[in-house]
Amino acid sequence: MTAAHVTAPGTERIAEAFARAHADGRRAALMPYMMAGYPDVERSREIAAAYVDGGADLIELGIPFSDPLADGPVIHAAAVAALEAGATLHECLTVAAAVAERVPVILMSYINPILARGVERFCDELVATGVCGLIVPDLPREESGLVTAACAARGLALVPLVAPTTPPDRMTEIVAAATGFIYTVAVTGTTGERTGSDGDVPALLARVRGDARVPVALGFGISTPEQASAAAAAGAEGVIVGSRFVRAAGEADAVAIGELVRAFATALR
Amino acid sequence: MSGVPHRFGPYGGQYVPETLMPALAELEQAWVEAAADAQYRHRLDTLLNTYVGRPSPLYRAERLSARVGHDVYLKREDLNHTGAHKINNALGQALLAQRMGKTRIIAETGAGQHGVATATACALLALECVVYMGTEDMRRQRPNVQRMELLGARVVGVDAGARTLKEAVSAAIRDWVTNVRDSHYIIGSCVGPAPYPALVRDLQRVIGDEARAQVLAAAGRLPDRVIACVGGGSNAIGTFTPFTDDAGVALVGVEAAGEGIETGHHGAPLTAGGVGGPAGVLHGSLSAIMQSEDGQILEAHSISAGLDYPGAGPEHAWLRDSGRAEYVAVSDVDALAAFAEVTRLEGIIPALESAHALAWTLAHPEGSGLDLICLSGRGDKDLAEALEKLGR
Repeated sequence: MTAAHVTAPGTERIAEAFARAHADGRRAALMPYMMAGYPDVERSREIAAAYVDGGADLIELGIPFSDPLADGPVIHAAAVAALEAGATLHECLTVAAAVAERVPVILMSYINPILARGVERFCDELVATGVCGLIVPDLPREESGLVTAACAARGLALVPLVAPTTPPDRMTEIVAAATGFIYTVAVTGTTGERTGSDGDVPALLARVRGDARVPVALGFGISTPEQASAAAAAGAEGVIVGSRFVRAAGEADAVAIGELVRAFATALR
Repeated sequence: MSGVPHRFGPYGGQYVPETLMPALAELEQAWVEAAADAQYRHRLDTLLNTYVGRPSPLYRAERLSARVGHDVYLKREDLNHTGAHKINNALGQALLAQRMGKTRIIAETGAGQHGVATATACALLALECVVYMGTEDMRRQRPNVQRMELLGARVVGVDAGARTLKEAVSAAIRDWVTNVRDSHYIIGSCVGPAPYPALVRDLQRVIGDEARAQVLAAAGRLPDRVIACVGGGSNAIGTFTPFTDDAGVALVGVEAAGEGIETGHHGAPLTAGGVGGPAGVLHGSLSAIMQSEDGQILEAHSISAGLDYPGAGPEHAWLRDSGRAEYVAVSDVDALAAFAEVTRLEGIIPALESAHALAWTLAHPEGSGLDLICLSGRGDKDLAEALEKLGR
């Protein structure tokens, strides 16, 4: 499952993916999220390939966790189903390995599975699998020292989240330390499909982009191609779509999921 | 720099989504200010006195003392308004929320005692109240659901996982992530991200402060052992804290062994992990937790809904590792037997949670001249469950 000839550091591969999307005429890079091991490991490998075929520029790969505090009902249920189907960390990494040579894969994991594995060992396994970066939704800046050091030593991006509630001084600190890209949370809330946002997203994005030295992506609540297009228009350099695709993973086959990804990719032209 | 600790040894911290971090900072600041504000303190003390019924009595349990062969004192938190120690924390936090200008209160509940206490405080202070409760616990604790609704709270059933306390806490945190601007989350135990473990401890230490003075007045000496049940551990930390500098006083936390530690069906992460045992992150803090090799949180099991939780407060994990407190566990069967025995001996129906502390004391009569047990709540809520299990 190793991807030995992918030798560039994860942070560089992520930067290249954003630049390539831009050069290809995309207004923003498309980063669909998927739950590893959902509906089962074999089908999630097919879904990852369908994401790439459909035009994903990067993939955010969720590691299932029993108690996902930042996630709404769709992703929570997918995590529970993946665990019930027997998804282990090892098997989840085989999903990453299946596409890691084609697009950058950023792993999304809550902190406890990382601590259970051991931070250093976990990061070693990401590098061995060809994963480019890590998002830990319950690891704020105050608690991130060990993970930051382990990622930095391996060229892995540790992507921070900023939220509409993040005050200006704190935002400046988070943005300054970011590697890979910055994950801007569009809503005050958990993940899930929404018909609108609850605040001034363009102003939030402008605030984040002001100090940023890495691309700024937007996620949470983006569930239609029109919303993805609006996110790009609002200044997002990357668009993350989660619950909509996870729902599709439970309802549709890989071909239909690939078509759905293509609809979002087209909307970002 | 404030006076609220974020860590107890290596345990504690703030492992929460970024959205909540400013709210935790705001809460910490508000608590530091309130704790130093004579007006807040006076309001809380007056309500604890005239509304809750504090100080709660310290009762020398005569027939229980005769049964174990030494003095046993019960700190009667069961006599508080709403029937448990939970009101100490709920009222203190509801007053704090009001002081912060929050208009909506979120709470989780397992046995229903914290939910009832929070709904009560919200009725008193005219605050909107939403309580998350696992649907299995709603079944086990139907009268408490009816109480909360009568008090004006909205009880939201949580159908995820084992449908008990762990899932209720997760649902409450998700609500808070979404409504953080106008809502305050009153967590029911000394768990969760900082500043909650210290905040809840500070509000519950009234138990130990009173008990220490009362036992000195009644017996002219300190106890040899202070014993309390531990789910998340709020009655225990409140009882232990004023005694931690009394080197001769042993502190004993009694967890739920459920069907037996070895079966995996228990609620005893401190006991099962042992001193320096593996730690993990659950609900925002690093502590002793029940988890799989892959870091998935396991389901707890206890006959007592209040102890049916796979984590424990981070300060307890540190008291364990530092050797200041000892953690033990009592099975469902032994807790039920103590529930029945103490009811007959003393004419006091203890909560099934508190029955764990009583059971351990009954089983370990040796080596103590004076025990102080926190009787954290009354057992009326447990009658249906207990009578069924006792086969009556």
